[in-house]
Amino acid sequence: MAGPGPDRPPGDATYRDLVRPLLLPSWLVIGILMVLPVALMAVYSFLTKEFRGGVIWDFTLAAYDQFFLDRGLFGDDPPRIEWTYISIFWRSIWQAGLATLLCLLIGFPTAWFIATRPARTRGLWLFLITIPYWVNLLIRTVSLRFLLRDQGPLNGALQWLGLLDSPLSIINTNLAVQIGLFYSYLPFMVLPIYAAVERYNFALSEAAADLYANRWATLREVVLPVVKPGIVAGCILVFIPSLGAFLAPDLLGGAKTFMIGSLIDEQFRGSQGNWPFGAAAAMILMSLVLIVLLIYARSQGRAPR
Amino acid sequence: MKGVRHYPGFLPLTIVCLVVLYTPLIVVAVYSFNASTSITSWGGFSLRWYGEVFTGREATRFGQAAWNSITIALMAATTATVIATAAALAMVRGGPFRGRQASFALINLPLMVPEIVIAVATLIFFSTIGLKTGYLTILLAHITFCIPFAYLPIAARLEGIEGTYEQAARDLYATRAQAFRLILLPLMVPGIVSGWLLAFIISLDDFIITNFVKGAGMETLPTAIFGSVKQGIKPNIMAISTLMLLVSVLFVTAAYLINRRGRQTP
Repeated sequence: MAGPGPDRPPGDATYRDLVRPLLLPSWLVIGILMVLPVALMAVYSFLTKEFRGGVIWDFTLAAYDQFFLDRGLFGDDPPRIEWTYISIFWRSIWQAGLATLLCLLIGFPTAWFIATRPARTRGLWLFLITIPYWVNLLIRTVSLRFLLRDQGPLNGALQWLGLLDSPLSIINTNLAVQIGLFYSYLPFMVLPIYAAVERYNFALSEAAADLYANRWATLREVVLPVVKPGIVAGCILVFIPSLGAFLAPDLLGGAKTFMIGSLIDEQFRGSQGNWPFGAAAAMILMSLVLIVLLIYARSQGRAPR
Repeated sequence: MKGVRHYPGFLPLTIVCLVVLYTPLIVVAVYSFNASTSITSWGGFSLRWYGEVFTGREATRFGQAAWNSITIALMAATTATVIATAAALAMVRGGPFRGRQASFALINLPLMVPEIVIAVATLIFFSTIGLKTGYLTILLAHITFCIPFAYLPIAARLEGIEGTYEQAARDLYATRAQAFRLILLPLMVPGIVSGWLLAFIISLDDFIITNFVKGAGMETLPTAIFGSVKQGIKPNIMAISTLMLLVSVLFVTAAYLINRRGRQTP
């Protein structure tokens, strides 16, 4: 989302003397209800689990040990790498990456197309993309589940058209989760790229055409480098929520399509939960996101102006 | 030759994009008017599932959940908007100050951290301080993650208002409070309203965080729908979904129109 950045120097200082009291409420609320909880979550990931959910205040590395190491059934074998959770994370990264790529392949042409419409119709096209962005994600995911069911409208239509003999089983597969992620976060890709293309100076393309570049060479050599910040922003906005997605794997996938979100969620449900392990998994997820954001910040490579 | 703006194939891909985004929603909206009890076959047009939503077996459960959702969204959006408006004044009209970058990062933090992580952290926090999960914990969590959504449109609007208007008022001996109340605040209204609307929708929509901090027996509309869907998609769920869809569309349209009108006036 293109928002007012901190790098634009404020031109006006009418409220300079009130900066502290004006910012105090947001510092307090976000500090106490978000920064402090995340710090506490880090502490919890080093505590001992209690069996009815919750923790015992004994510091241990057990949660991370359980995540990364397999010590056999009785816990006394020489430790080997535990692949269960690493592979869940790996599959989540892979699926989120694929969703990002799919969103880019559809999102870029869409953003370009909308940004090159005459000003009169552009608003309407943009509005059409914005609506799904703000529609409840749960409802969107439920709708997709309804559409993709074995006896659902999609299979019905395909069979009616004679393209299929028997219904295609999409629901409860990795494919369904993949479609779900793509569908959930597609508008997040279109909007930032649109913002970048809208600012693009088409004289650059004309100059390239004058120099005998065909349109695809122009796109590759001239357009893409210029609108890259928008593309990178779109990829971040799709990749990060996909990585921690809960609704798509839970409602569209089955037992074999576990993603990070479901793994974490499960640790806080009922008596089978394991809070320190859930906190550790959340910490690992947050570290991954932090790495992505740092790469992003470096790729933008702009010093505060 | 259609010029450098045209790329063959981009229009079909745009149509693919819109079809992907809208087909599930349209299909559910259509099936919500299905007379049949079976969700598989079409039994003619009917409004019976809408009646079912308001008078049926699950009506009280969903009614209570809807009430919780709406009251929480009203309070969370209003509180977040007040906090965000104050923050925007400091960030945009406060001149350069130490900690400006950090404040900007802090305000936008809820957008950076994955929802599931916020959910876990918030649950752990409430559990540690011994606050019983329920209505209040949902409200507190919602206020927090609504702040950046309210902040962004308000700050964007404020950045577009030149300082000269207030300057003129001050030159005519208005106090700063008067200049704020009579000049700046009215000019900020479109941003404040769209910020509030977006915060309201975000609060109304939230599932993951609410599901963690709601506690037993407490439901908002999304968690109640989720609970129902787990036992299969029933036609009354499709009617509720269509109604919520409609509310979202109305709110986004309102935010869009207000913002556009705001852009036409200074």
